[in-house]
Amino acid sequence: MTNLQEFERHPLANYLRVERFPHIWCEGCGNGIILHCFVKALDELGANMDKLVVVSGIGCMGRVAGYIQCDSFHTTHGRPIALATGIKLANPQLTVAVISGDGDLFAIGGNHFIHAARRNVDMTVICSNNFNYGMTGGQCGPTTPLLSYTTTTPYGNIEHPFNLVHLAAASGAVHVARWTVLHVKRLTESIKKALQKRGFKFIEVVSPCPEIYGRRNKFGKAIDTMKRYREIAEIRHGYAPSKAEITSEKIVVGEFIDIEKPTYGELLQGQFMRFNKG
Amino acid sequence: MAEKGRTVLTGVHFVNGDVACAEGAMAAGCRFFAGYPITPATEIAERMARRMIEFGGIFVQMEDELASMAAIIGASWAGAKSMTATSGPGFSLMQENIGLAIMTETPCVVVDIMRGGPSTGQPTEGAQQDVMQAKWGSHGDYEIIALAPSSVQEMFDLTIECFNLAETYRAPTFLLADGFTGHLWERVVIPRAEEIKTVERKKPSVAPDKYIPFKPDEDLVPPMACFGEGYHVHVTGLTHDERGYPKTVDPKVQYELVKRLCGKIRRNADKIIRTYEFMLEDAEVVVIAYGIPSRASVGAVKRAREAGIKAGLLRLVTVWPFPEKQVEELSNRVKSMVVPEMNCGQVVKEVERVAKETPVHFLPKIGGEPHSPSEIFEVIRRAAKA
Repeated sequence: MTNLQEFERHPLANYLRVERFPHIWCEGCGNGIILHCFVKALDELGANMDKLVVVSGIGCMGRVAGYIQCDSFHTTHGRPIALATGIKLANPQLTVAVISGDGDLFAIGGNHFIHAARRNVDMTVICSNNFNYGMTGGQCGPTTPLLSYTTTTPYGNIEHPFNLVHLAAASGAVHVARWTVLHVKRLTESIKKALQKRGFKFIEVVSPCPEIYGRRNKFGKAIDTMKRYREIAEIRHGYAPSKAEITSEKIVVGEFIDIEKPTYGELLQGQFMRFNKG
Repeated sequence: MAEKGRTVLTGVHFVNGDVACAEGAMAAGCRFFAGYPITPATEIAERMARRMIEFGGIFVQMEDELASMAAIIGASWAGAKSMTATSGPGFSLMQENIGLAIMTETPCVVVDIMRGGPSTGQPTEGAQQDVMQAKWGSHGDYEIIALAPSSVQEMFDLTIECFNLAETYRAPTFLLADGFTGHLWERVVIPRAEEIKTVERKKPSVAPDKYIPFKPDEDLVPPMACFGEGYHVHVTGLTHDERGYPKTVDPKVQYELVKRLCGKIRRNADKIIRTYEFMLEDAEVVVIAYGIPSRASVGAVKRAREAGIKAGLLRLVTVWPFPEKQVEELSNRVKSMVVPEMNCGQVVKEVERVAKETPVHFLPKIGGEPHSPSEIFEVIRRAAKA
C-alpha cells in the first residue's frame, strides 16, 4: 500500500506552512485562489524560498504572510509597503512581495503605496480587492463601488471608488495588471512575470467576498460571482489604466503597464559607485 | 555594497548634538537610517544622508514618520542595525510601530529630540515633554529603555549605548534628548574604532528545523534569525506563541508573552540603569535631574555647597527603566529632593512614587527657556530650610 500521507500531500505543500491550516478565510473567498496562484508561480519559477520575504498588513488577506513557508511579516494596518521598503533596501538580495487587501493598501496605507511606487522600490505588490473590509464585518472602503451596501453605508455608498490600476500607473509603477480570481492561469503568469521584473510591480486581483460583501449586495453564492466574472471580464492588454474601470457591467482585466525604469536600489548603488570611484 | 569609507570619525570635533548622535550611530554599526524632516532633529537625517553613502550604509527619506518607523523595523529584520530620528509630532506618529517593534522584539533605535508641545508647539525650542510618551505612548503593557544625554559627548556615547542595549534586549531603545542638547555645539572626542564597544544581536545556534523563533534564553531574550538566513521566521504584531504564530484568544499565551516582554527589561534593570552622582556622599538636599537641567543643577549644587548647604546631584542617564533603587536608597538618607524638569511634571511623579515620605520639591520650566543655576539654587535653599 502506498504511503497515504505522501499520496495526499498537496504538490505545493512545500511552499506552505501546512501546520497552520485550516486557514481563516470563508468558504468561497478568493484569497485562497490568490495564495494558490502565488505559490504556483513560485513553484514554476523554482524560487529560492530562503531569499523570499512576504509582507502583509491587517485584514483577511493580511493573514496570508503566515501561510507561506518563507520569512514573513504580518505588520501593522496599512504599513506593509513601508516595512517592505526597509527590508528590500537593507538586503537587496531578498525578493520582497507584499500581499494585502484593498483597505489595508489603499485607505490607511495609501500614502505608502504611492510613495513606494514613485521611488520605484523593487517589490511586487498583490492586492486582493474584495471591495470592502471583510474581517471587521463588511464596512465600506476605498474601492467600494458607488451605491453599494456595506455596514457603514446602509443607504448605499456615496463615495467614489479608486481605480487601483490607474492610481498605480500614475504613481509610477513599472508593471500594472488586473485579473479576477477566475483567471487562475493568467494571474499565475502575471505573478511570475512581476516577480522576475525589477522595480515596483502592482497586480490587482478582483476577488469575491460572498459571506460579507456579496451577501449584503445579493450577489448570490461565490460560484455565481465567478460566473459573473466570466460574463463581464474583458481582457485588454495595454489598455489605458485610466479607462480600465470596474463597473457592474464590465471588469477590464489584463496587463496595462510594462515599462523599464531604474529602481531606487539601482540608483543608490550607482551613486555609491560614483562616490567611491578612485 | 562594500565598506570603503570611515564609519568612525576618530578625533576631536566641534559639532552639535544632532551631528554627534548621527556619528555615534554610525560608530555603533548603524547601516540603515529612515527619517522624515522635523525640527530640531533634522540635522541627524542630513548628516546621515551625507555620510552613510561613504561606506555603503542606507539613508532613505520616507513619506512620513509612520513609514520611517516601519522601514527601520523591516531593515532590522533584514539584518541591519537601524535608526530613525524625530521630535514630538513625529514621535507621536511613530508610536504605532514602536508598539510593533516591542511586540516583534525588533532591535532598533529611535531618537527623539524633544521640543515643546502639545501638537506643533514650539518647533525650535527644547523641552522634556515626551518622557511619559516614551514610556506609555503606544497602546498595551510594555517596558522600554530610554537614555537622556546632557552633552554633545553624550549624544555620541549614549547613541552607541542605545544600539548596544537594543541589540542585547531586542527592544526599541530611545535616545530621549531635549532640543537644547540636540542643538548645542560642543567638543566631542571620538575614540578609535577598536576602542568602541559594540554589541551584536544573539543569533540562533541551532539549525532551522530546530529553531523556535520566540523561545527565550535564560535572560528572557530569544536569539534572532534574520530574513534571508534560511530560518523562515514568521513575525506578527498579533499575540503569538514561541513559534511566532498567532494565538490571540488564549489568555495564557498573552500572559506569558507580555510578562516576558516586560520582564526582559525589568529583570535586567540593574544591568541597564546608569546614573551619575555628584557630591552625594553627605548630601542632605539632592537634585534629581536629566538632560539639559542637570547641567544647571551642577552649578546650583556648587553654589549651595558654597552657601554651606549639603547639596548633591543624582543625574539620570537612564530614564527608563526608572532608577527606582537609586532614588529609593537616596530618599532613605536625605532630607529632601529637588526635581527640575522642562515639563509640567513627568519624572517628578516617579520620584514622588519611589521617595514616599521624603519631601520632593518640583521646579517645572516650560516655554523653551532652560533652568538657570540660580533658579535651582533658590529651590535647594528653600528645601534645606524646610
